[in-house]
Amino acid sequence: MELICPAGTPSAFREAVDAGADAVYCGFRDETNARNFPGLNFTRDELASSIAYGKARSVQTYVALNTFMRAGAETLWYRAADDAVRLGADALIVADLALMAYVAEHHPQQRLHVSVQASASNADAINFLVRTFGAKRLVLPRVLTVADIAALAPKVACELEVFAFGGLCVMAEGRCSLSSYATGLSPNMQGVCSPASHVRYREDGTEMVSELGGYTINRFGADEPAGYPTLCKGRFHIAQNDGYAFEDPVSLDVMDHVDALRDAGVTALKIEGRQRGKAYVAEVVSRLRQALAATPEQRPALLAHLRLLSEGQRTTAGAYEKKWR
Amino acid sequence: MDATKLKLTLGPVPYLWDGAAWRDFYFRIADCAWIDAVTLGEVVCSKRIHFIQPFIDSVTARLAEAGKEVALASMAMVTLEREALLTRRLVEASTWPIEANDLSALGRLAGKPHLIGPFVNVYNGATARILAARGATRICLGPELPLSSVAEIIRGAPGIDFEIFAFGRLPLAISARCAHARAKGHSKDNCQFVCQDDPDGLAVDTLDGQSFLTLNGVQTMSHTCQVLLAELPALRGAGVTHIRLSPQHCDMAAVAEVFARVRDGRIDATEGETRLRSIYPDVPFSKGFHHGTVGAGWVPPAPAAQQVPA
Repeated sequence: MELICPAGTPSAFREAVDAGADAVYCGFRDETNARNFPGLNFTRDELASSIAYGKARSVQTYVALNTFMRAGAETLWYRAADDAVRLGADALIVADLALMAYVAEHHPQQRLHVSVQASASNADAINFLVRTFGAKRLVLPRVLTVADIAALAPKVACELEVFAFGGLCVMAEGRCSLSSYATGLSPNMQGVCSPASHVRYREDGTEMVSELGGYTINRFGADEPAGYPTLCKGRFHIAQNDGYAFEDPVSLDVMDHVDALRDAGVTALKIEGRQRGKAYVAEVVSRLRQALAATPEQRPALLAHLRLLSEGQRTTAGAYEKKWR
Repeated sequence: MDATKLKLTLGPVPYLWDGAAWRDFYFRIADCAWIDAVTLGEVVCSKRIHFIQPFIDSVTARLAEAGKEVALASMAMVTLEREALLTRRLVEASTWPIEANDLSALGRLAGKPHLIGPFVNVYNGATARILAARGATRICLGPELPLSSVAEIIRGAPGIDFEIFAFGRLPLAISARCAHARAKGHSKDNCQFVCQDDPDGLAVDTLDGQSFLTLNGVQTMSHTCQVLLAELPALRGAGVTHIRLSPQHCDMAAVAEVFARVRDGRIDATEGETRLRSIYPDVPFSKGFHHGTVGAGWVPPAPAAQQVPA
């Protein structure tokens, strides 16, 4: 299986290539991609030199154009697609139907991957995108079990890529407006979720309170580390109870299922984390590369250290295991 | 701007209601002269379908008899083979037009006239044009879109109808995991249909007691109720043809009457909001998404807010 690795900066890109990525994915420095964070992402020149660095080492570059085109500003997305093609991207990762249509019409030779943000979670939806826009690969939303994926793979006419490690969306991707409900900024429209610009920490007695857009997302006691207030991983009050309503502050790790995913017919494993630093990228990519090559017996030891790098140092296999639902 | 031509549609009941109560709700809607069109069916969770299945034929027949335009909604998220089959069967066997809420339904509707629901991502005119070319005759846009986008999308896809989510708790997210069942100590696979205990959803407050969200099975909704009344002229000016009222556990016929009276200029928006607050009390209203700001927000009426962008 291919290992698809994140890069938010040119130096993280080089680290990912050197650490053993089969492909690196990245985005331009604007709202055309879903990690539109300050100080992150690539200029046209940086993308050109990164693609060249990858090509010289037989590593592919995928360009994420995975937000939805803002009505009236479509040109920004069309130019980004044109430029990514011109600069030699090996694939474009796209969520918006009209941007898929644009790529299929204007760049029919360009390899098109359907982003997880398109939320295609079944064979009919996937084959519709393959048939209509010539998609060659689809990144599956994190809503299916490994068994579901195994049942799905033989029915679809394209490659499948799945998230294997890193951040975990609890909600179906591309269908979540929680962030904009609290802050006015969303993954689909602005390429951000729970943006730092709307985060505030305040002390209340012995407790630390984390807020997003003025809403309390969590309260931490003196003995607890105060985590980032990602909306769907906050603690809330429901009926008589306080607790993590949607999910704990955990991250995704499905490396225990890697053989089952391979047997299911999955082509590529994706690592989330374009917002992470180059040291993290290097560590995760090289460890996962080793783990993929190792036997199931050797794998736990290789992965143990990696889990310490995870959000809240706790991980879950999420929707890949039925009991998570 | 003349808003009187705006048609009122009733969206699907988002919650799990007892089957007979669901039927009686629609029988009452059939008698409500203010509502022009009704889209119904289970959109949120396939496990709920058997509750309403026995009543769908009598409800659709009664609504059609009363002169309502009837459509059946497909599910917002299709993951299991069983759900894919249900969707396929719905699309192929339905005698009513289908509202597609997922790409799987969309794929099987090519060439057939159909509607697009708010769960299919349409963020620009180019996407709306693609859908129109495949047979979509009306698109209910997602509630996250600001008026500036709504106007631009409609400009980009002339010749089809557009519907806007104007009343109801906002559908904000859907998950493979059921937070509602989990909140009551169950998993999705053994949920015991506990969401039926909350016919208007289950409140999610912050740890500081702020009202925030609402659980509805695998769906997360806003705590606030979207209310676009003062905005009706601007929506009409932007080319919107239909106004969607999303059922809450309140007198929806009375809600429809308020919207119709404001639309027709019989009462002003402020009076309409006052009446809605007594019909659907204790839930704050919001309209931030429409004004391009925080979705939970309420934007006080200002002349500038009602102008259609050039």
